[in-house]
Amino acid sequence: MMAKKPNEARIVITGVGLTAPNGNNLAEFRESLLAGKSGIQKFNVRYMGEVLAGVCHFDPLKYQKKKELRLGTRAGSVAIYCAQEAIANAKLDLACLDKSRIGVYVGITEHGNVDTEKQIYEIKQFDYDTTFVSHHYNPRIVANNPAGEVTLNMGITGPHYTLGAACAGGNIGLIQGLQMLLLGEVDLALAGGVSETIHAFGAFASFRSEGALASHADPEKACRPFDKNRNGVVVSEGGCIYLVERLSDALKRGAKIYGEVVGYAVNSDAFDFVLPNAQRQAECMKLALNKAGISAGDIDIINTHATGTREGDAAECQAIREVFGNHINVYINNTKSYIGHTMGAAAALELAGNLPSFEDHIVHPTINVDQLDPECSFENLVINKPIKVDKVDYILNNSFGMLGINSVVIIKRFEE
Amino acid sequence: MTKEEVKSVLMEIVAEIIPDEDLTNLKGDIPIREQVELDSMDFLDIIMELRKRYGIEVPEDDYIHLATVDSSVAYLEPRMRDL
Repeated sequence: MMAKKPNEARIVITGVGLTAPNGNNLAEFRESLLAGKSGIQKFNVRYMGEVLAGVCHFDPLKYQKKKELRLGTRAGSVAIYCAQEAIANAKLDLACLDKSRIGVYVGITEHGNVDTEKQIYEIKQFDYDTTFVSHHYNPRIVANNPAGEVTLNMGITGPHYTLGAACAGGNIGLIQGLQMLLLGEVDLALAGGVSETIHAFGAFASFRSEGALASHADPEKACRPFDKNRNGVVVSEGGCIYLVERLSDALKRGAKIYGEVVGYAVNSDAFDFVLPNAQRQAECMKLALNKAGISAGDIDIINTHATGTREGDAAECQAIREVFGNHINVYINNTKSYIGHTMGAAAALELAGNLPSFEDHIVHPTINVDQLDPECSFENLVINKPIKVDKVDYILNNSFGMLGINSVVIIKRFEE
Repeated sequence: MTKEEVKSVLMEIVAEIIPDEDLTNLKGDIPIREQVELDSMDFLDIIMELRKRYGIEVPEDDYIHLATVDSSVAYLEPRMRDL
Protein backbone atom coordinates (compact mmCIF):
# COMPACT_ATOMS: atom_id res chain seq x y z
CA MET A 1 0.00 0.00 0.00
CA MET A 2 1.43 3.33 -1.04
CA ALA A 3 1.44 6.35 1.25
CA LYS A 4 -1.45 8.68 0.49
CA LYS A 5 -0.40 11.54 -1.74
CA PRO A 6 -1.20 15.15 -0.85
CA ASN A 7 -4.16 16.53 -2.79
CA GLU A 8 -1.82 18.81 -4.78
CA ALA A 9 -0.17 15.68 -6.19
CA ARG A 10 -3.41 13.90 -7.09
CA ILE A 11 -4.78 14.51 -10.57
CA VAL A 12 -8.48 14.15 -11.30
CA ILE A 13 -10.76 14.33 -14.31
CA THR A 14 -13.42 16.99 -13.82
CA GLY A 15 -14.69 17.52 -17.36
CA VAL A 16 -15.29 15.39 -20.43
CA GLY A 17 -15.82 16.68 -23.95
CA LEU A 18 -16.19 14.19 -26.75
CA THR A 19 -17.50 13.37 -30.15
CA ALA A 20 -17.82 9.77 -31.26
CA PRO A 21 -19.49 8.19 -34.28
CA ASN A 22 -22.34 7.23 -31.95
CA GLY A 23 -22.63 10.22 -29.63
CA ASN A 24 -21.60 13.84 -29.19
CA ASN A 25 -21.34 13.97 -25.41
CA LEU A 26 -20.65 11.50 -22.63
CA ALA A 27 -24.32 10.78 -21.86
CA GLU A 28 -25.17 10.04 -25.51
CA PHE A 29 -22.03 7.96 -25.97
CA ARG A 30 -22.68 5.91 -22.85
CA GLU A 31 -26.31 5.36 -23.85
CA SER A 32 -25.16 4.05 -27.23
CA LEU A 33 -22.62 1.72 -25.64
CA LEU A 34 -25.19 0.24 -23.29
CA ALA A 35 -27.74 -0.08 -26.11
CA GLY A 36 -25.25 -1.78 -28.43
CA LYS A 37 -25.59 1.05 -30.95
CA SER A 38 -22.83 1.12 -33.56
CA GLY A 39 -21.61 4.26 -35.31
CA ILE A 40 -20.12 2.63 -38.40
CA GLN A 41 -21.47 3.60 -41.79
CA LYS A 42 -20.67 3.63 -45.50
CA PHE A 43 -18.48 6.59 -46.40
CA ASN A 44 -17.01 7.88 -49.63
CA VAL A 45 -13.30 8.51 -49.73
CA ARG A 46 -11.45 10.11 -52.65
CA TYR A 47 -9.80 7.55 -54.94
CA MET A 48 -11.23 4.65 -52.91
CA GLY A 49 -14.96 5.07 -53.34
CA GLU A 50 -17.19 3.60 -50.69
CA VAL A 51 -15.50 2.37 -47.53
CA LEU A 52 -16.69 1.67 -44.00
CA ALA A 53 -15.90 4.32 -41.42
CA GLY A 54 -16.97 5.88 -38.16
CA VAL A 55 -18.14 9.43 -38.87
CA CYS A 56 -18.86 12.07 -36.23
CA HIS A 57 -21.95 14.25 -36.56
CA PHE A 58 -21.30 17.03 -34.04
CA ASP A 59 -22.20 20.61 -34.93
CA PRO A 60 -18.90 22.45 -35.52
CA LEU A 61 -20.71 25.79 -35.62
CA LYS A 62 -21.56 25.38 -31.95
CA TYR A 63 -18.13 26.80 -31.11
CA GLN A 64 -16.60 27.98 -34.38
CA LYS A 65 -17.37 30.68 -36.91
CA LYS A 66 -17.76 29.68 -40.54
CA LYS A 67 -14.48 31.38 -41.37
CA GLU A 68 -12.64 29.39 -38.69
CA LEU A 69 -13.99 26.24 -40.30
CA ARG A 70 -12.81 27.39 -43.71
CA LEU A 71 -9.31 28.13 -42.44
CA GLY A 72 -8.82 25.28 -40.01
CA THR A 73 -8.53 21.51 -40.17
CA ARG A 74 -11.07 18.86 -39.27
CA ALA A 75 -8.73 17.74 -36.46
CA GLY A 76 -8.69 21.30 -35.18
CA SER A 77 -12.46 21.47 -35.35
CA VAL A 78 -12.87 18.18 -33.48
CA ALA A 79 -10.37 19.36 -30.85
CA ILE A 80 -12.14 22.71 -30.42
CA TYR A 81 -15.54 21.05 -30.02
CA CYS A 82 -14.18 18.60 -27.42
CA ALA A 83 -12.17 21.21 -25.50
CA GLN A 84 -15.10 23.62 -25.30
CA GLU A 85 -17.42 20.80 -24.24
CA ALA A 86 -14.93 19.73 -21.55
CA ILE A 87 -14.85 23.25 -20.10
CA ALA A 88 -18.65 23.43 -20.17
CA ASN A 89 -18.95 19.95 -18.70
CA ALA A 90 -16.58 20.95 -15.88
CA LYS A 91 -18.92 23.90 -15.21
CA LEU A 92 -16.10 26.36 -15.72
CA ASP A 93 -16.54 29.78 -17.26
CA LEU A 94 -13.71 30.34 -19.70
CA ALA A 95 -14.04 34.12 -19.35
CA CYS A 96 -13.23 33.89 -15.65
CA LEU A 97 -10.15 31.66 -15.99
CA ASP A 98 -6.49 32.66 -16.12
CA LYS A 99 -5.89 31.47 -19.67
CA SER A 100 -2.13 31.65 -19.29
CA ARG A 101 -2.38 28.77 -16.78
CA ILE A 102 -4.27 26.40 -19.07
CA GLY A 103 -2.35 23.84 -21.13
CA VAL A 104 -3.65 21.99 -24.18
CA TYR A 105 -2.29 18.49 -24.86
CA VAL A 106 -3.81 16.70 -27.82
CA GLY A 107 -2.72 13.24 -28.92
CA ILE A 108 -2.83 12.34 -32.60
CA THR A 109 -1.99 9.38 -34.76
CA GLU A 110 -0.86 11.53 -37.66
CA HIS A 111 -1.45 15.03 -38.92
CA GLY A 112 -1.17 16.86 -42.21
CA ASN A 113 -1.93 14.12 -44.67
CA VAL A 114 -5.58 15.18 -45.05
CA ASP A 115 -4.61 18.65 -46.27
CA THR A 116 -1.59 17.41 -48.22
CA GLU A 117 -3.79 15.02 -50.12
CA LYS A 118 -6.32 17.79 -50.71
CA GLN A 119 -3.68 20.20 -52.02
CA ILE A 120 -2.30 17.61 -54.42
CA TYR A 121 -5.82 16.93 -55.64
CA GLU A 122 -6.40 20.68 -56.11
CA ILE A 123 -3.20 21.34 -58.06
CA LYS A 124 -3.87 18.29 -60.20
CA GLN A 125 -6.74 20.34 -61.69
CA PHE A 126 -4.05 22.86 -62.81
CA ASP A 127 -1.59 20.34 -64.22
CA TYR A 128 0.33 20.22 -60.93
CA ASP A 129 1.18 23.93 -61.03
CA THR A 130 2.47 24.40 -57.49
CA THR A 131 1.64 28.11 -57.49
CA PHE A 132 -1.93 26.99 -56.81
CA VAL A 133 -0.95 25.57 -53.42
CA SER A 134 -2.95 27.43 -50.77
CA HIS A 135 -1.22 29.92 -48.49
CA HIS A 136 -3.23 28.24 -45.71
CA TYR A 137 -1.48 24.92 -46.28
CA ASN A 138 1.43 25.41 -43.85
CA PRO A 139 -0.61 26.42 -40.78
CA ARG A 140 -2.95 23.53 -41.48
CA ILE A 141 -0.29 20.85 -41.61
CA VAL A 142 2.11 21.89 -38.85
CA ALA A 143 2.16 19.18 -36.23
CA ASN A 144 0.85 21.46 -33.47
CA ASN A 145 -2.25 22.37 -35.51
CA PRO A 146 -5.05 20.62 -33.56
CA ALA A 147 -3.93 21.88 -30.14
CA GLY A 148 -2.99 25.25 -31.61
CA GLU A 149 -6.45 25.71 -33.08
CA VAL A 150 -7.90 25.13 -29.60
CA THR A 151 -5.78 27.96 -28.21
CA LEU A 152 -6.80 30.30 -31.06
CA ASN A 153 -10.47 29.53 -30.60
CA MET A 154 -10.47 29.77 -26.81
CA GLY A 155 -7.88 32.48 -26.29
CA ILE A 156 -5.69 30.15 -24.24
CA THR A 157 -2.16 31.51 -23.85
CA GLY A 158 -0.63 28.62 -21.90
CA PRO A 159 1.40 25.89 -23.61
CA HIS A 160 -0.05 23.71 -26.34
CA TYR A 161 1.38 20.45 -27.63
CA THR A 162 0.06 18.07 -30.20
CA LEU A 163 1.58 14.72 -29.37
CA GLY A 164 2.20 12.21 -32.12
CA ALA A 165 1.86 8.75 -30.67
CA ALA A 166 0.14 6.65 -33.34
CA CYS A 167 -2.95 4.99 -31.93
CA ALA A 168 -1.82 5.50 -28.34
CA GLY A 169 -2.24 9.27 -28.78
CA GLY A 170 -5.27 9.71 -26.53
CA ASN A 171 -3.57 8.17 -23.51
CA ILE A 172 -0.37 10.10 -24.22
CA GLY A 173 -2.27 13.40 -24.31
CA LEU A 174 -3.85 12.63 -20.95
CA ILE A 175 -0.52 11.56 -19.43
CA GLN A 176 1.17 14.73 -20.71
CA GLY A 177 -1.55 16.86 -19.15
CA LEU A 178 -1.15 15.05 -15.84
CA GLN A 179 2.61 15.51 -15.87
CA MET A 180 2.37 19.23 -16.61
CA LEU A 181 -0.05 19.63 -13.70
CA LEU A 182 2.31 17.73 -11.40
CA LEU A 183 5.20 19.93 -12.54
CA GLY A 184 3.15 23.00 -11.70
CA GLU A 185 3.47 24.28 -15.26
CA VAL A 186 -0.30 24.74 -15.60
CA ASP A 187 -3.37 24.78 -13.34
CA LEU A 188 -5.83 23.25 -15.80
CA ALA A 189 -5.08 20.85 -18.60
CA LEU A 190 -7.22 20.09 -21.62
CA ALA A 191 -5.86 16.68 -22.48
CA GLY A 192 -6.86 13.81 -24.73
CA GLY A 193 -6.78 12.97 -28.41
CA VAL A 194 -8.41 13.56 -31.78
CA SER A 195 -8.53 12.08 -35.25
CA GLU A 196 -9.40 13.34 -38.72
CA THR A 197 -7.95 10.26 -40.43
CA ILE A 198 -11.06 9.32 -42.42
CA HIS A 199 -10.77 12.47 -44.54
CA ALA A 200 -7.77 11.15 -46.47
CA PHE A 201 -7.52 7.96 -48.44
CA GLY A 202 -4.08 7.05 -47.09
CA ALA A 203 -4.97 5.14 -43.94
CA PHE A 204 -7.72 3.14 -45.68
CA ALA A 205 -5.50 2.28 -48.64
CA SER A 206 -2.53 1.36 -46.49
CA PHE A 207 -4.59 -0.88 -44.19
CA ARG A 208 -6.08 -2.50 -47.27
CA SER A 209 -2.61 -3.12 -48.74
CA GLU A 210 -1.64 -4.63 -45.42
CA GLY A 211 -4.67 -6.94 -45.58
CA ALA A 212 -5.99 -5.27 -42.44
CA LEU A 213 -8.96 -3.15 -43.59
CA ALA A 214 -12.21 -4.56 -42.19
CA SER A 215 -15.05 -5.48 -44.50
CA HIS A 216 -18.56 -6.80 -43.87
CA ALA A 217 -21.87 -6.65 -45.73
CA ASP A 218 -23.36 -4.96 -42.67
CA PRO A 219 -21.28 -1.87 -41.75
CA GLU A 220 -22.32 -2.15 -38.10
CA LYS A 221 -20.82 -5.65 -37.89
CA ALA A 222 -17.53 -4.73 -39.55
CA CYS A 223 -15.53 -4.04 -36.41
CA ARG A 224 -15.46 -7.27 -34.47
CA PRO A 225 -12.51 -7.66 -32.11
CA PHE A 226 -12.12 -11.17 -30.64
CA ASP A 227 -14.45 -12.73 -33.22
CA LYS A 228 -12.97 -15.69 -35.08
CA ASN A 229 -13.83 -14.07 -38.41
CA ARG A 230 -12.53 -10.57 -37.67
CA ASN A 231 -10.79 -9.16 -40.70
CA GLY A 232 -9.27 -5.84 -39.77
CA VAL A 233 -9.61 -2.24 -38.72
CA VAL A 234 -12.52 0.16 -39.32
CA VAL A 235 -10.99 3.62 -39.58
CA SER A 236 -12.95 6.32 -37.73
CA GLU A 237 -12.79 9.92 -36.68
CA GLY A 238 -13.45 11.16 -33.19
CA GLY A 239 -12.20 13.17 -30.30
CA CYS A 240 -12.14 13.24 -26.53
CA ILE A 241 -10.58 15.92 -24.39
CA TYR A 242 -10.63 15.86 -20.61
CA LEU A 243 -10.42 18.75 -18.24
CA VAL A 244 -7.90 17.57 -15.65
CA GLU A 245 -6.71 19.39 -12.59
CA ARG A 246 -5.13 18.91 -9.19
CA LEU A 247 -7.48 17.43 -6.62
CA SER A 248 -6.82 20.36 -4.28
CA ASP A 249 -8.18 22.76 -6.91
CA ALA A 250 -11.11 20.52 -7.83
CA LEU A 251 -12.20 20.23 -4.21
CA LYS A 252 -11.86 23.96 -3.69
CA ARG A 253 -14.38 24.66 -6.42
CA GLY A 254 -16.65 21.73 -5.60
CA ALA A 255 -16.14 20.08 -8.97
CA LYS A 256 -17.76 16.82 -10.01
CA ILE A 257 -14.95 14.28 -10.17
CA TYR A 258 -15.20 11.56 -12.80
CA GLY A 259 -12.15 9.70 -11.57
CA GLU A 260 -8.56 9.99 -10.44
CA VAL A 261 -5.64 9.17 -12.71
CA VAL A 262 -3.63 6.93 -10.41
CA GLY A 263 -1.46 4.95 -12.79
CA TYR A 264 0.07 5.27 -16.19
CA ALA A 265 2.92 3.91 -18.25
CA VAL A 266 4.39 4.24 -21.71
CA ASN A 267 7.01 1.93 -23.18
CA SER A 268 8.34 0.83 -26.55
CA ASP A 269 8.43 -2.58 -28.19
CA ALA A 270 11.74 -1.93 -30.01
CA PHE A 271 10.58 -4.81 -32.18
CA ASP A 272 8.70 -4.01 -35.40
CA PHE A 273 7.09 -1.16 -37.37
CA VAL A 274 3.63 -2.73 -37.24
CA LEU A 275 3.54 -6.05 -35.41
CA PRO A 276 2.56 -5.98 -31.73
CA ASN A 277 4.67 -7.40 -28.93
CA ALA A 278 2.74 -9.08 -26.14
CA GLN A 279 5.68 -9.12 -23.77
CA ARG A 280 6.17 -5.34 -23.91
CA GLN A 281 2.43 -4.75 -23.64
CA ALA A 282 2.37 -6.89 -20.48
CA GLU A 283 5.33 -4.97 -19.12
CA CYS A 284 3.51 -1.71 -19.78
CA MET A 285 0.44 -2.89 -17.85
CA LYS A 286 2.66 -3.98 -14.95
CA LEU A 287 4.45 -0.62 -14.93
CA ALA A 288 1.11 1.17 -14.72
CA LEU A 289 -0.08 -1.11 -11.90
CA ASN A 290 3.15 -0.43 -10.01
CA LYS A 291 2.74 3.29 -10.51
CA ALA A 292 -0.78 3.05 -9.09
CA GLY A 293 0.49 0.95 -6.18
CA ILE A 294 -2.09 -1.76 -6.80
CA SER A 295 -2.07 -5.36 -7.97
CA ALA A 296 -3.69 -6.87 -11.06
CA GLY A 297 -6.57 -8.22 -8.98
CA ASP A 298 -7.60 -4.69 -7.97
CA ILE A 299 -8.58 -3.80 -11.55
CA ASP A 300 -12.31 -4.15 -12.29
CA ILE A 301 -12.46 -3.32 -16.01
CA ILE A 302 -9.87 -3.57 -18.75
CA ASN A 303 -10.80 -1.56 -21.83
CA THR A 304 -8.81 -3.40 -24.47
CA HIS A 305 -7.05 -1.75 -27.37
CA ALA A 306 -8.02 -4.63 -29.70
CA THR A 307 -8.74 -3.24 -33.17
CA GLY A 308 -10.11 -6.35 -34.87
CA THR A 309 -6.89 -7.52 -36.52
CA ARG A 310 -5.89 -11.16 -36.26
CA GLU A 311 -2.46 -10.63 -34.77
CA GLY A 312 -3.15 -7.52 -32.71
CA ASP A 313 -6.11 -8.92 -30.77
CA ALA A 314 -4.33 -12.20 -30.07
CA ALA A 315 -1.18 -10.45 -28.83
CA GLU A 316 -3.12 -8.23 -26.45
CA CYS A 317 -5.01 -11.25 -25.08
CA GLN A 318 -1.72 -13.00 -24.49
CA ALA A 319 -0.40 -9.93 -22.65
CA ILE A 320 -3.56 -9.68 -20.52
CA ARG A 321 -3.32 -13.38 -19.65
CA GLU A 322 0.23 -12.88 -18.49
CA VAL A 323 -0.70 -10.00 -16.18
CA PHE A 324 -4.24 -10.94 -15.15
CA GLY A 325 -4.27 -14.71 -15.71
CA ASN A 326 -5.54 -15.70 -12.31
CA HIS A 327 -7.94 -12.87 -11.66
CA ILE A 328 -11.38 -13.83 -12.92
CA ASN A 329 -12.91 -10.79 -11.22
CA VAL A 330 -11.34 -8.52 -13.84
CA TYR A 331 -13.87 -7.80 -16.59
CA ILE A 332 -12.63 -7.23 -20.10
CA ASN A 333 -14.40 -5.22 -22.77
CA ASN A 334 -13.77 -3.37 -26.00
CA THR A 335 -15.18 -0.10 -27.33
CA LYS A 336 -13.88 -0.12 -30.91
CA SER A 337 -16.49 -2.73 -31.79
CA TYR A 338 -19.05 0.12 -31.72
CA ILE A 339 -17.10 3.06 -33.11
CA GLY A 340 -14.21 1.56 -35.03
CA HIS A 341 -10.68 2.75 -34.52
CA THR A 342 -10.75 6.45 -33.78
CA MET A 343 -6.97 6.48 -34.01
CA GLY A 344 -5.49 9.41 -32.03
CA ALA A 345 -8.76 9.78 -30.14
CA ALA A 346 -9.21 6.08 -29.40
CA ALA A 347 -7.60 5.83 -25.98
CA ALA A 348 -9.26 8.91 -24.54
CA LEU A 349 -12.65 8.20 -26.10
CA GLU A 350 -12.76 4.55 -25.06
CA LEU A 351 -11.78 5.43 -21.52
CA ALA A 352 -14.59 8.00 -21.42
CA GLY A 353 -17.09 5.34 -22.44
CA ASN A 354 -16.13 3.35 -19.36
CA LEU A 355 -15.99 6.16 -16.79
CA PRO A 356 -19.74 6.04 -15.98
CA SER A 357 -19.19 2.47 -14.73
CA PHE A 358 -17.90 3.95 -11.49
CA GLU A 359 -21.43 5.16 -10.83
CA ASP A 360 -23.78 2.76 -12.64
CA HIS A 361 -21.71 -0.41 -12.02
CA ILE A 362 -22.46 -1.58 -15.55
CA VAL A 363 -19.73 -2.89 -17.85
CA HIS A 364 -20.48 -2.33 -21.51
CA PRO A 365 -19.67 -5.31 -23.68
CA THR A 366 -17.67 -5.80 -26.83
CA ILE A 367 -20.25 -6.28 -29.58
CA ASN A 368 -20.22 -8.23 -32.84
CA VAL A 369 -18.78 -11.40 -31.36
CA ASP A 370 -20.63 -14.19 -33.19
CA GLN A 371 -17.94 -16.81 -32.87
CA LEU A 372 -15.45 -16.14 -30.12
CA ASP A 373 -11.88 -16.83 -31.21
CA PRO A 374 -10.47 -19.37 -28.75
CA GLU A 375 -7.23 -17.38 -28.79
CA CYS A 376 -9.17 -14.43 -27.37
CA SER A 377 -11.32 -16.32 -24.93
CA PHE A 378 -11.55 -15.13 -21.34
CA GLU A 379 -14.04 -16.27 -18.77
CA ASN A 380 -14.70 -12.63 -17.91
CA LEU A 381 -14.81 -11.15 -21.41
CA VAL A 382 -18.03 -9.16 -21.57
CA ILE A 383 -19.62 -10.14 -24.86
CA ASN A 384 -22.61 -8.62 -26.65
CA LYS A 385 -24.60 -7.77 -23.49
CA PRO A 386 -23.78 -5.34 -20.70
CA ILE A 387 -23.38 -6.83 -17.26
CA LYS A 388 -24.09 -5.41 -13.84
CA VAL A 389 -21.28 -5.82 -11.32
CA ASP A 390 -21.03 -5.25 -7.58
CA LYS A 391 -18.39 -2.56 -7.75
CA VAL A 392 -16.08 -0.70 -10.10
CA ASP A 393 -13.11 0.89 -8.39
CA TYR A 394 -10.39 0.75 -11.04
CA ILE A 395 -10.46 0.93 -14.85
CA LEU A 396 -7.36 0.06 -16.87
CA ASN A 397 -7.18 1.49 -20.38
CA ASN A 398 -4.85 -0.09 -22.94
CA SER A 399 -3.79 1.69 -26.09
CA PHE A 400 -1.02 0.64 -28.42
CA GLY A 401 0.32 2.03 -31.67
CA MET A 402 2.58 1.51 -34.64
CA LEU A 403 6.34 1.61 -34.19
CA GLY A 404 5.68 -0.23 -30.96
CA ILE A 405 4.37 2.47 -28.64
CA ASN A 406 2.38 1.05 -25.73
CA SER A 407 0.40 3.08 -23.23
CA VAL A 408 -1.70 2.21 -20.21
CA VAL A 409 -3.73 4.51 -17.98
CA ILE A 410 -5.44 3.47 -14.74
CA ILE A 411 -8.33 5.50 -13.36
CA LYS A 412 -9.66 5.07 -9.84
CA ARG A 413 -13.18 5.79 -8.65
CA PHE A 414 -12.84 8.99 -6.69
CA GLU A 415 -12.78 8.84 -2.93
CA GLU A 416 -11.20 11.40 -0.68
CA MET B 1 -18.62 39.50 -68.62
CA THR B 2 -20.42 42.77 -68.00
CA LYS B 3 -19.51 45.07 -65.13
CA GLU B 4 -22.52 43.78 -63.21
CA GLU B 5 -21.47 40.17 -63.75
CA VAL B 6 -17.91 40.94 -62.64
CA LYS B 7 -19.27 42.56 -59.48
CA SER B 8 -21.51 39.57 -58.89
CA VAL B 9 -18.70 36.99 -59.11
CA LEU B 10 -16.45 39.19 -56.99
CA MET B 11 -19.09 39.42 -54.29
CA GLU B 12 -19.67 35.68 -54.51
CA ILE B 13 -15.96 35.06 -53.87
CA VAL B 14 -15.82 37.58 -51.02
CA ALA B 15 -18.89 35.99 -49.41
CA GLU B 16 -17.18 32.59 -49.47
CA ILE B 17 -13.94 33.98 -48.05
CA ILE B 18 -15.61 35.80 -45.15
CA PRO B 19 -18.83 33.80 -44.65
CA ASP B 20 -19.68 35.31 -41.26
CA GLU B 21 -19.82 38.87 -42.56
CA ASP B 22 -22.97 40.65 -43.71
CA LEU B 23 -22.17 42.13 -47.12
CA THR B 24 -25.58 43.57 -47.93
CA ASN B 25 -24.62 47.15 -47.05
CA LEU B 26 -21.07 47.05 -48.36
CA LYS B 27 -20.30 50.42 -49.95
CA GLY B 28 -18.56 50.32 -53.31
CA ASP B 29 -16.31 53.32 -52.81
CA ILE B 30 -14.94 52.54 -49.33
CA PRO B 31 -12.10 50.01 -48.85
CA ILE B 32 -13.58 46.57 -48.14
CA ARG B 33 -11.20 46.07 -45.22
CA GLU B 34 -12.58 49.17 -43.51
CA GLN B 35 -16.11 47.78 -43.61
CA VAL B 36 -15.74 44.09 -42.82
CA GLU B 37 -13.21 41.79 -41.18
CA LEU B 38 -10.93 40.81 -44.05
CA ASP B 39 -7.26 40.20 -43.32
CA SER B 40 -4.27 39.86 -45.62
CA MET B 41 -4.66 36.06 -45.84
CA ASP B 42 -8.30 36.54 -46.87
CA PHE B 43 -7.18 39.00 -49.51
CA LEU B 44 -4.77 36.40 -50.87
CA ASP B 45 -7.71 33.99 -51.00
CA ILE B 46 -9.54 36.41 -53.30
CA ILE B 47 -6.50 36.62 -55.58
CA MET B 48 -6.21 32.80 -55.58
CA GLU B 49 -9.89 32.30 -56.38
CA LEU B 50 -9.69 34.74 -59.32
CA ARG B 51 -6.77 32.70 -60.66
CA LYS B 52 -8.44 29.35 -60.09
CA ARG B 53 -11.85 30.24 -61.45
CA TYR B 54 -11.03 32.70 -64.23
CA GLY B 55 -7.29 32.37 -64.86
CA ILE B 56 -6.76 36.02 -63.92
CA GLU B 57 -3.30 36.88 -62.63
CA VAL B 58 -3.19 39.92 -60.37
CA PRO B 59 0.42 41.01 -59.85
CA GLU B 60 1.34 42.18 -56.36
CA ASP B 61 1.85 45.75 -57.57
CA ASP B 62 -1.80 45.80 -58.65
CA TYR B 63 -3.25 44.63 -55.33
CA ILE B 64 -4.00 48.26 -54.53
CA HIS B 65 -6.63 48.25 -57.29
CA LEU B 66 -8.63 45.68 -55.38
CA ALA B 67 -9.14 47.86 -52.30
CA THR B 68 -12.78 48.76 -52.93
CA VAL B 69 -15.57 46.95 -54.77
CA ASP B 70 -15.78 49.72 -57.38
CA SER B 71 -12.02 49.82 -58.03
CA SER B 72 -11.94 46.02 -58.19
CA VAL B 73 -14.68 45.95 -60.81
CA ALA B 74 -12.93 48.69 -62.80
CA TYR B 75 -9.67 46.73 -62.67
CA LEU B 76 -11.17 43.32 -63.40
CA GLU B 77 -13.74 44.18 -66.05
CA PRO B 78 -11.26 44.63 -68.94
CA ARG B 79 -9.59 41.38 -67.92
CA MET B 80 -12.88 39.47 -67.70
CA ARG B 81 -14.68 41.10 -70.62
CA ASP B 82 -14.11 38.15 -72.93
CA LEU B 83 -14.94 35.42 -70.41
